[in-house]
Parts: sequence; C-alpha cells; structure tokens
Amino acid sequence: MDTSNLKKVDIIFSKVDNPLQILDKALQKSPDDIINEIIDSGLKGRGGAGFPTGLKWKFTKNEDSDVKYVICNADEGEPGTFKDRQIIEEVPEKIFIGMALAAYCIGAKEAYIYLRGEYNFLKKDLLSKMEKFNNELKNRGLDITLYLRSGSGAYICGEESALFESMEGKRGEPRNKPPYPTKVGYNNQPTSINNVETLVFVTMIQHLGVEEFKKLGTKDSRGSKVFSISGDTPIPGIYELELGMKVSDFVREFGDGDTKAVQIGGASGFCVPRKNFENTIIGFEGIPTGGSVMLFNSSRSMYNILHNYLDFFVEESCAQCTPCRAGLQQLLKGIEAIKRREKPASYLNELIKLSQTMKMSSKCGLGQSIANPFVSIVENFKEEIIF
Amino acid sequence: MQEPNELIKNLVEKHGRTRNALMPILQDIVAAKQYLDPSDIAMVAEELDLSAADVYGTATFYTFLDTVPRGKNVIRVCKTISCYMSGKDEIINALEKVLNIKVGETTLDKQFTLLTANCMGWCHKGPVMLINDDVYHSLTPETAIEIVQQYKEKSKN
Repeated sequence: MDTSNLKKVDIIFSKVDNPLQILDKALQKSPDDIINEIIDSGLKGRGGAGFPTGLKWKFTKNEDSDVKYVICNADEGEPGTFKDRQIIEEVPEKIFIGMALAAYCIGAKEAYIYLRGEYNFLKKDLLSKMEKFNNELKNRGLDITLYLRSGSGAYICGEESALFESMEGKRGEPRNKPPYPTKVGYNNQPTSINNVETLVFVTMIQHLGVEEFKKLGTKDSRGSKVFSISGDTPIPGIYELELGMKVSDFVREFGDGDTKAVQIGGASGFCVPRKNFENTIIGFEGIPTGGSVMLFNSSRSMYNILHNYLDFFVEESCAQCTPCRAGLQQLLKGIEAIKRREKPASYLNELIKLSQTMKMSSKCGLGQSIANPFVSIVENFKEEIIF
Repeated sequence: MQEPNELIKNLVEKHGRTRNALMPILQDIVAAKQYLDPSDIAMVAEELDLSAADVYGTATFYTFLDTVPRGKNVIRVCKTISCYMSGKDEIINALEKVLNIKVGETTLDKQFTLLTANCMGWCHKGPVMLINDDVYHSLTPETAIEIVQQYKEKSKN
C-alpha cells in the first residue's frame, strides 16, 4: 500500500553473503569499543522489557568473575508472538554471531540458547549449524562454545531468572530481584541474557554501522522491530517495521476495516480501543511490545478474550507467590460471577483493585503485568464484561 | 534400590550426574517413552543423588514432562487466543470423534493421547496442533482428521 505511513524494513531477515565476515570485522575491535557502539546505537532488548542491551553487557563485563555466561532467550511464549521461531529458522548464523560477540565482550566461555519445547522441531537443524559455527570459533582461536538447551512447556521460563532455574534442573520459579542476572545469573554467575532478535540486531549493527541503525525509529525507540501480527487481519504474519508508529497507521495497514481493539504486547500487554488508536504510539514512549500485536474486530466478545487470557495465566502462573496464584483465580472467578449476575457490576472495581495489588506485590513480571490487560479491557469494554 | 535401566544409564552417561543435567535427562526419557513413570523418577534421583520428591517436583512443573501414561503419539491442540479465534474447538471436537476419546484421555490401543496446550507460537496460522514434536498449522476439522489417520496408518505398519 503506497499510502502507508508505516516504514517496512529488512534488517533482521536480510541475507548476508558471508555472515562470518561480520564476526571477523567485529573481533578486530576491543570488547569496550563494541559495547560502546551498542550503547550508542540505543538498542533496547527486543523481548519486551526493553533494557538497554549495551548497558547489560557492560554491567556483566564489569563483574569480577572467572565464570560468566551468555544466554539467548528463545523461550518465546507470549501469546501472539512467533517471530523468534522464524528468525531461528531463517538466519541462525546471525544469532550465533551475536552470542559469540556477547561472549567476547563480557568474557564468557559458554553461550546457551534456551529453546522452548514447542520448537523442538527446530532442534536438529539448529544443532548441526551450531556445531559448524563452534568449529569456526575454534578455528579463530576463540575459547567460546555455543550450546542448546530445551524448555518443556512452561511460559514462565521466559522470565530470565525462571529460565536459569530451569537450566539448573529445578522448577521454573522466578527468583527475587535484585540481584540481577548481570551479577547473579545462571549457576549464580554473572550472566547476560538477551532475546533472539536483540542478538541479531547486535550482529546487524556491526554489519551496517551504528549510524544506519540510528536513522530508524525515534529518540526513545531506536531502530526497527519484528512484529508478529495476528487476529482479525487479512494479512497475518511477521513484519519488520520502524518503531514509533501510531496505532491508527498500523490499523490502516493491517486491519480488516472493522477493528475495534488492538492488543499490544501479547496477553500481558495492553488493549487499545478504537477511540485511542490516533493518540497511541507503539514503542517505548507509548506501549512497548515484544512483537505481539493482535487485532480484534467487532464480532469478538471482549469478555471471551479476557477470559481466555486469564485461563492462560491461571495455568502458567508458577504459583509460588500468593498475589499471583490466588489473585488470578479470583479475577477469573470474579468476571464469571459478574457475568452470571451473582455479583453486582460494581464488583469489577474490587477486581481492578485486586489486579493493582498484584502489580505491587507479585514476585515477577507475570503477576505484575496482569493489571495491563485486565484494567485496559475492563475499563474500555465494561458493558461487554458485565452484560 | 532397583538397578537403573539401560535408557537411564545411557542418558546419565551422556548428560552427566549434575543437577544441571536433570532437565535434559528427563526430556530424553519422555522423548523415548512419552512419560516418566515412578520408577524412572526414582532411578534418575538415585543416579543424580537427589531425592525422588525433588525430581518429581521438578518434572511436574513442566507441561511436557508427563508423569502419567501417555499414548505413543501425543496430540496437543493450542487453545490460546488466536487459535481460539480461528476455531480450535471444532478441531478438538473432530479429533475427539475420530479418536473416540475426550481431551486428557488416551486411546485403548495406547496409540494416541489428546491434550490441549497453551500458545505454541503459530498465531498467524491457527488453529495449530503438535503431534509429538511435529507442528501442523492452518488446520480444518478435515485436515486434522486426515493427519491423525496418517499416524494411524503408520502405527499399523
């Protein structure tokens, strides 16, 4: 569509003739130089949380420890997100290079990919490519080895400290923070854990140069981002777009003409109703996302959507902390009771308060983020929830 | 204490006896026989010098580490939002009918277990199901039945 205000970008999936040249070129620089370039680029984590990647590497590098780890978080589990799978399928070498550079920069000898169990079908191919890459590292005299570990069907293991627990052979229950992974991570050693897409951006910033990357996006949201687009759209799929777009522009491109709401950031993200499309930005200055954008048209019941989200979280909560475990069950029971007229409509306000208590008191991001979808759906679609 | 069976012996040999080896060992047992039975858990615990309760506690945290008997082919239909919107219920109904079991059950011949699962990362191509490690997306009730029939044929040969 020529009238589009969206800028489509082709960085992540672009084919590079000899990707190893990117590695060789980067290895001529010192770790500090590479880290400073990444800081300068403004690259923020692409998994959703948006922590500045260069700073993460700098903090891990500055820790005084003989053993450090690099982990590529490929436990892509947020409903509506499926871009990492395609990145792993299409450009694994670019991920490996990003991992090797992370290891080179922070001083790690071991770098792991933690791949969700639902993507086991990718394992065989990934392992054989990884083996080749490890040989390339050996040929270059680098004491860095890549490994692959698998998840076993637990959403919460995408949370970094739960992921460490899982790799350590334990239940995937998040740890208290601080200490942060840059100090105390996998095996209680300093660990830099990055999303798949983030690591590919590191590689591509080395390839294209910092300035080229900075040309895209806004002050708070530099660069582009791979979006996973699904729901009521005629063209679902994976698109790399410049950051900082308005939801209205997004809907013009991807909507089906009848879009009533857009869920940004997956089940744990925010629901934007039509009246706010024009004044909501997708990016770190507005609503950030790990890539998931889901469109709903007027045929959809927002009650059913919220119910589906809560079902998901009730099952995926690790259940170690009470606010999240009990809170989720009560939110679900609560909206069901209102629907059945067993509770008055005003009970919704109690539930909103409960979700805000969960935000304050839950141990990890799962419980803390329930208020995002809950409040944004309930407040904008109150009639659909009650009647 | 029972002697560890050949499978577990080999896996401990392959992955090591550290706690960090626990997940890969359990995952490989499930890959080989679809579920962990109590004696597997006890043997792994013994080999890794852990308590059986600890190993059981770890295993039961993970959806894919089943601790109850499963069929040779484990079908998991995604029930999360996009697959819900694109008609996972019709897929589940069709599979229940063709397999003559309900979700959560295993066929009498132990060939199929039918389960639901949370988001599998194919939201643009729902509804989707996993059969063991293999993905089938953009399903209709007809294609879902056809795929299961192919697995039935395979198991006869």
